[in-house]
Amino acid sequence: MLRFLVGRFAVLIPTFIGVSIIAFSFIRLLPGDPVMLMSGERVMSQERYEKITQELGYDRNIVIQYLDYFGDLMQGDFGTSLVTKKPVLTHFSELFPATLELSLCAILFAVLLGIPAGVFAAIKRGSAFDQTIMGTALVGYSMPIFWWGLLLIILFSGILGWTPVSGRISLLYYFPSVTGFMLIDSLLSGQAGAFKSAVSHLILPTIVLGTIPLAVIARQTRSAMLEVLSEDYVRTARAKGMPPLRVIGVHALRNAMIPVITTIGLQVGVMLAGAILTETIFSWPGIGKWMVDSVFKRDYPVIQGGLLLIAAIIMLVNLLVDILYGLINPRIRH
Amino acid sequence: MKRFGFAGMLLAATVLSGAASAKTLVYCSEGSPEGFDPALYTAGTTFDASSNPVYNKLMEFAPGTTNPEPGLAESYEVSDDGLEYTFKLRPGVKFQTTDFFTPTRDFNADDVIFTFERQLKADNPWHQYVAGAAWEYFNGMGFPDLIETIEKVDDMTVKFKLKRKEAPFVANLGMDFASIMSKEYADKLQADGKMEQLNQMPLGTGPFEFVAYQPDAVIRYRANDDYWKGREKLDDLVFAITTDAAVRYQKLLAGECHVMPYPNAADVEAMKANESLTVMEQEGLNIAYLAYNTTQAPFDKPEVRKALNMAINKQAIVDAVFQGAATPAKNPIPPTMWSYNDAIQDDPYDPDAAKKMLEEAGVTDLDMKIWAMPVARPYMLNARRAAELIQADFAKIGVDVEIVSFEWAEYLARSKDKDRDGAVMLGWTGDNGDPDNFLHTLLGCDAVGGNNRAQWCNEEFDRIVNEAKVETDQAARTKLYEEAQVVFKREAPWATLDHSLVVMPMRKEVQGYVMSPLGKHHFSGVDIAE
Repeated sequence: MLRFLVGRFAVLIPTFIGVSIIAFSFIRLLPGDPVMLMSGERVMSQERYEKITQELGYDRNIVIQYLDYFGDLMQGDFGTSLVTKKPVLTHFSELFPATLELSLCAILFAVLLGIPAGVFAAIKRGSAFDQTIMGTALVGYSMPIFWWGLLLIILFSGILGWTPVSGRISLLYYFPSVTGFMLIDSLLSGQAGAFKSAVSHLILPTIVLGTIPLAVIARQTRSAMLEVLSEDYVRTARAKGMPPLRVIGVHALRNAMIPVITTIGLQVGVMLAGAILTETIFSWPGIGKWMVDSVFKRDYPVIQGGLLLIAAIIMLVNLLVDILYGLINPRIRH
Repeated sequence: MKRFGFAGMLLAATVLSGAASAKTLVYCSEGSPEGFDPALYTAGTTFDASSNPVYNKLMEFAPGTTNPEPGLAESYEVSDDGLEYTFKLRPGVKFQTTDFFTPTRDFNADDVIFTFERQLKADNPWHQYVAGAAWEYFNGMGFPDLIETIEKVDDMTVKFKLKRKEAPFVANLGMDFASIMSKEYADKLQADGKMEQLNQMPLGTGPFEFVAYQPDAVIRYRANDDYWKGREKLDDLVFAITTDAAVRYQKLLAGECHVMPYPNAADVEAMKANESLTVMEQEGLNIAYLAYNTTQAPFDKPEVRKALNMAINKQAIVDAVFQGAATPAKNPIPPTMWSYNDAIQDDPYDPDAAKKMLEEAGVTDLDMKIWAMPVARPYMLNARRAAELIQADFAKIGVDVEIVSFEWAEYLARSKDKDRDGAVMLGWTGDNGDPDNFLHTLLGCDAVGGNNRAQWCNEEFDRIVNEAKVETDQAARTKLYEEAQVVFKREAPWATLDHSLVVMPMRKEVQGYVMSPLGKHHFSGVDIAE
């Protein structure tokens, strides 16, 4: 197992360097100039333009700029935002918990509903239940997130008044951020009603962000289950007279889980992409919205640093998925 | 019927539960502030969160107008040669006492000098207190070339010596970059090695003091108990950052906020029909224009430009792009600005006459380019759509138009070029409410190759605006600017397209909100009815 882990880690290093090069050059390939954007319609004199460009070091050779940047990275310095003048890492640590909290809730929502739905659909293959579930999944998969989010807001917040429109917690509650996770912080604050408010604020964004993963997981679970259910060992288990629940729960599901876990791992990446839209609709102060704003402002350090940090997280999740495979299926370890 | 969400009910409950509870106004702002030191930035969103609630300036704009009036300066005198401005400071003004700082002295001349010298002098320890501090507005308004010295005459008197006469100087001191900082607070931050905090935890003399900022989510302020104009009626001011206009509208309906800026044009009718909302409107301090390159034939002839202007159906642009939330523009400055010359008649929309004028000028089979901005701006929400409408209008008089566009920064850079091919669509939002900021900045001879996208240098116009720039008598300046607008109309370097309307929807219970023609959103003097 240790060798397996070391091997996996070793692959991460060149990947990380590769991502840092891509992140660095990608934003510079886009047309646009952060210094020019600072002044907008108001024309900046050529001297001032050159002075600021020089101060920011953007007049130097691009390779030297990169090496400089990489050197800083090695010391844990991800740079400073051109706009807010705050370190990128500080921003990230302030905003990431919000994204993580929402993503965890969404993935939990997707897994808890998606796997049972897929399993039942597979067992009742061809039934009305199966067709309804798969039809709904297809609709869910094709839903434009922005439209879906606004629809839910208008229905549940506007017309029915059941949920708040946006934000993480009612503005009445104000307490310092301890962990950055609103569910935990609201409990720690000890203020009556704070936790309930945080939960009510999470409902709609969780549903919106979890919809596509839910659809994907349900479909994946169903097809994996169908495949496994037709295997010889399942038939044998049934023939032996094993209780149906045990056949499905232990023999079939466990083997069907391998592709499903891969899918869940991949959905984490999808989720970070989906978070950009979900966060914008629900005014959720996470990294998705932060990154998009930075692209518009050509805030180079934030885009580079943000991309790298997100890539690092996705790599870690993939590593985790690999380890999980190993645990579920010992053959993969070798 | 009023619909309240969960938060809305709680909020309403707090508001309704009597005088003992705090009066909180929630403003659904459109974006996050870039920081809290207004001198570092140029965005209105940042000023709304920093200079407007927290700070004061030496001069302020009288509510609802663009007229500068004394703020932290009680009065000022200008020397006969127009080069020295002596400001008498307001005594007894206290800086805010907050959780993070307790001032030991009142506002004085040291604070004024600190405020400006940190932007002016490269050797000031605060000049580069954050990486890449560019002092964009201070430089953009030409202050480094204008200010000779800033002297402390005594504790309550400050003298600015200028290198040349500059009438808009007083209005410039009302701008956000001129927000007066506490030197005492800055000194403490410097001593503690926490200079960057000046941009994160602002402290001024303004109506509201800063409490906390949760990035991209919420900004909290509370009323400044020691405010020199008297404590505000609101106890707390909260900005709920909500970037999507449709969501802001839902929050307003649900009672999760009281005031929202920048609604979607398509929602405005429904807002006006909703009896729990009030919708305020005002012409923005802006102009959208199409600047011909007046150095190139045939656009060097005023009659050709005039003919083209007569072919543009501005009302159609206003209807299609703004759904009516704009007015067609006839002058290069907006109607809310002093010296706006309302006596000027706009060129009539008359394609037949336009075609005839072109023929008389000897122009046939004209091909031209029209540049359309790639981004939505307050003065032009959809430049592409407007360009297409103009394209169709010009086709009617036999002018063939090709629409071009570039990435925004690229667009701004290329459109400055004197040899640029084509008419550029662009616009401007006023900085200080002074006509000089439009007429001289955008159309003066020394702005050719820069802000003067028409590359238009007219001797008569330039003489008038330069004269007005150094004239300190307001009545005389007004007359000069009115005259300049007449010359502009005659020469037609631009097609003036529109002034957009600023629409502010708010809940009925909000009282005393005054719209600022400068586009600021501030809540001084606002109350919530119980």
